[in-house]
Amino acid sequence: MTTITEVPSPFCGIGSDDLTIQVDGVSIKVTENGCAINTPAFEEAIADIDPRVDGKMVSLDVAIKRAAKILKKANQSVIGGCATDVNGMRALMALADRNGAVVDNMNFTGAKRNFLAMQDSGWMNTTLAEIKNRCDLFVVVGCDLEAFSPQFYQRYLWNKESMFLKDTSKREVIYIGKAPSGKASTSPKKAKAKVLECADADLPEVMAVLRALVKDHPVSVDEVAGIKITDLKKIADKLKKATYGVVTWAAGALDFSQAELTVQMLCEMVKDVNASGVRCSGFPLGGKEGDQTANQVCGWQTGYPARMRFSSDIPEYDPFLYDINSMFANGEVDAFLWVQAFNSRSVPPHGGKIPTIVVARSGMVFEEEPDVFIPIGTPGIDHSGHAYRLDNVVAIRLKKLRDSGLPSTAEVLTAIEQALVS
Amino acid sequence: MLTKLTGGIVYDPANKINGKQKDIYIKDGKIVNKPRNADPDKEYNIKGKVVMAGAIDLHTHIGGGKGNIARMLMPENHRIDPVAHTDIKRAGTGHAMPSTFVTGYRYAEMGYTAAFEPAVLPVNARQAHMEMGDVPMLDKGGYVMLGSDDYFLRMMTAKKDQQAINDYVAWTIRAAQGVGIKVVNPGGISAFKFNQRKLDLDEKNTHYNVTPRDILRSLATAIKELGIKHPLHVHGSNLGVPGNVQTTLDSIAGVDGLPVHLTHVQFHSYGTEGDFKFSSGAAKIAESINKNKNMSVDVGQIMFGQTVTASGDSQRQYANHGIASPNKWVCMDIECDAGCGLVPFKYKDQNFVNALQWAIGLEIFLLVDDPWRIFLTTDHPNGAPFTSYPHLIRLLMDKSFRNDMLATIHPEAKKMTTLASIDREYTMQEIAILTRAGAAKITGLVGRGALGKNDWADITVYTENENREKMFEKPDYVFKNGEMVVKDGEIVKTVWGTTHVVRPEYDKSVEKDLKKYFDKYMTMKMGNFTISDDEITEDGRGSITVHPTVGEKI
Repeated sequence: MTTITEVPSPFCGIGSDDLTIQVDGVSIKVTENGCAINTPAFEEAIADIDPRVDGKMVSLDVAIKRAAKILKKANQSVIGGCATDVNGMRALMALADRNGAVVDNMNFTGAKRNFLAMQDSGWMNTTLAEIKNRCDLFVVVGCDLEAFSPQFYQRYLWNKESMFLKDTSKREVIYIGKAPSGKASTSPKKAKAKVLECADADLPEVMAVLRALVKDHPVSVDEVAGIKITDLKKIADKLKKATYGVVTWAAGALDFSQAELTVQMLCEMVKDVNASGVRCSGFPLGGKEGDQTANQVCGWQTGYPARMRFSSDIPEYDPFLYDINSMFANGEVDAFLWVQAFNSRSVPPHGGKIPTIVVARSGMVFEEEPDVFIPIGTPGIDHSGHAYRLDNVVAIRLKKLRDSGLPSTAEVLTAIEQALVS
Repeated sequence: MLTKLTGGIVYDPANKINGKQKDIYIKDGKIVNKPRNADPDKEYNIKGKVVMAGAIDLHTHIGGGKGNIARMLMPENHRIDPVAHTDIKRAGTGHAMPSTFVTGYRYAEMGYTAAFEPAVLPVNARQAHMEMGDVPMLDKGGYVMLGSDDYFLRMMTAKKDQQAINDYVAWTIRAAQGVGIKVVNPGGISAFKFNQRKLDLDEKNTHYNVTPRDILRSLATAIKELGIKHPLHVHGSNLGVPGNVQTTLDSIAGVDGLPVHLTHVQFHSYGTEGDFKFSSGAAKIAESINKNKNMSVDVGQIMFGQTVTASGDSQRQYANHGIASPNKWVCMDIECDAGCGLVPFKYKDQNFVNALQWAIGLEIFLLVDDPWRIFLTTDHPNGAPFTSYPHLIRLLMDKSFRNDMLATIHPEAKKMTTLASIDREYTMQEIAILTRAGAAKITGLVGRGALGKNDWADITVYTENENREKMFEKPDYVFKNGEMVVKDGEIVKTVWGTTHVVRPEYDKSVEKDLKKYFDKYMTMKMGNFTISDDEITEDGRGSITVHPTVGEKI
């Protein structure tokens, strides 16, 4: 049995890198600094080792050849999931380029709300260490942060020491929209977060009014979506008095039509606060299942985030057209590759009667057996690698913790690409 | 295998060869003397063609987080310039901020064989190396950004001695796998986080009580004492501010003769004269550079057209967001380490300021005497995409072309520049110094930028053409480590360059305090911050080349 310290996690999105892990053969136990997300993700036992074709165990070589055959025959293949490490994503892009495939990250429908806002007007954002050391006012919009990240408050707001705040427990936390599901946002001195609750669908209106108040525009109603204007005005004033306010949201949680406009409203409000003479930053939450990694690698290799295609031999980006679910619904797909190296419960969406290849974490259970299933190792457990944290700046170096013999995403996808050529 | 390039006219300033007909022999990737009794396995008849070492861009934003934000910010700019995949090339996109593959292909197709990313945030260095790892054809390296990071500023406030600063600088350059150190708006990125919207050379960061002048001197001293060959790479204070010529002159005076490289100095050479309170400070800057032999500069020439500015200088980028075109922009505060700002720009020849910026850059090129201390850059993509270099070379080498261009710009700008009165035309040898020998020397590269015995065979062959733009945009051949990779301006083989680094010695005890700092204030462990060699080499394509510090033998 060996103990490994300072283990980084690709699962929680916040890049926790202080886990202590015990490895006994291929079984793993998180002994320190785990959480409800990281501990089960690390401790999940290996199930399958052998690839399957048509439900029958085969060698890796046979599975790869069959996968290549399916892709080669296709007029329009799609690669979904895209949940892997940097090298896995590099191999995925090379395969997609060669095969003329669509690349669609599984979280893009949420992330698209951020990209559309960013590509239209931009934003002013910050990263975790700035929050940890500077933030004195933290506003959470439309998201249950502790459900998203159980350790966020403990690590980045209620940290004992900070470089620029004398007393971190005096930080103020405000929720707009969803109320927190637990007490993580309550300060060590028992100060509860201020909550202005409203339905998600009302957030566009509420944020529009909050921005108007930040800009000192007259607002002629007394309340919006059940929230008193006087209460919103207090938040606007606090934002303009804070030393370093931070406004956070999770694009994935803003699940209503044209939520990108709400993201944009919020980002423009942050700019307005800066224009008023104090500092303020936005902080988009994400970073799970390799979504930032997929967008980063796709971004530097093609210039576009990870909902794009190579069908015409050039990279083309469209956040609406290349949504694989709508492509399935329109009957536009004749081969489907699902790549999910982190989460065995994240099964491929049902694409209809389409030849399907699944390259995924060992242990995935299917309602309908895919044509090809290749179990792979998990980055940060079975092989080393790199993954991006939610703030998109820090790439963590994932460690290899055990010898499972499972191939990496990159090895499998590169082999499929090579089989396409031969 | 022995390769012979026969009959070329060689410009090799590193070996004082100026336009002499000379055969070149290549074996095992390197240049060798003429062997006695060996016939070449492969011979290229390049009689009368111009031969230079592969070109080196010492300041170009090709890898790192802010560049990738710039890419994502501008999908419409990629749509106009798609690049299809071929049997040997990956698909990608151009224009202002091309994808990594296209960056490598297009540089190589212009005869470049190395490029250096000048703004590697230590905390984002992993990304810079991963992106550069996907840039084919070129050698690469990065200058690691310090000067607004809280650890350094805390040391300055605590008045830690120079030795402690040196140890921290050395630790950082090694941890981030860099080849040089850069400072961007010294202390200004940090000051912006404390809501200071500007920071003059002698203005104090309100929290740390430290001035940009203090920071410059401390870091430049560290570079010198550590023996890092590339001088402190300085993006000065007050970028883009009319009147900043004085800031730049004061900065030069403030470093007391220490070796310093002022980057994109065009953006730092503005006066406040004239009806529009914006004028050229080029003559003053050139005079100061000519006099102070410790200084070198690259220009950061602007070219007219659409681009996106990508800078670590969040403070100045924020100040300029009002002129974003198209109107969208990004600023970030980053990890108590640095920041960044992305602002799309459309430089217009009929805009007075832009037109004069164009002229100021050219004035600097033409007024700085010593070609070994000035370098050809557009600060890609900030002044213009790197693909405009052949056009820029023509502007430098061809006075009548330059004057034709000058005739087309905003008339008031034309009145405010002395460009028409400058007769200088760069020679072939001078271009070879700016883009090869000088660039290799100032970045401390051993065996590159030169065509002598034992130098790596990075070689570019051009057909002589009066139209220098046509000549330099399409070389006949490019050889990388002795292999032909470009023919008639097209990639014929994809290869992968090395990553250049330096590894100055330091006192390991610096890690004791750093570890505490990381545990207390940072969001990652010190051990996970450091980039290991295998992160660059494990994909089987990358490699690391360690260059010696002054006096060190490797």
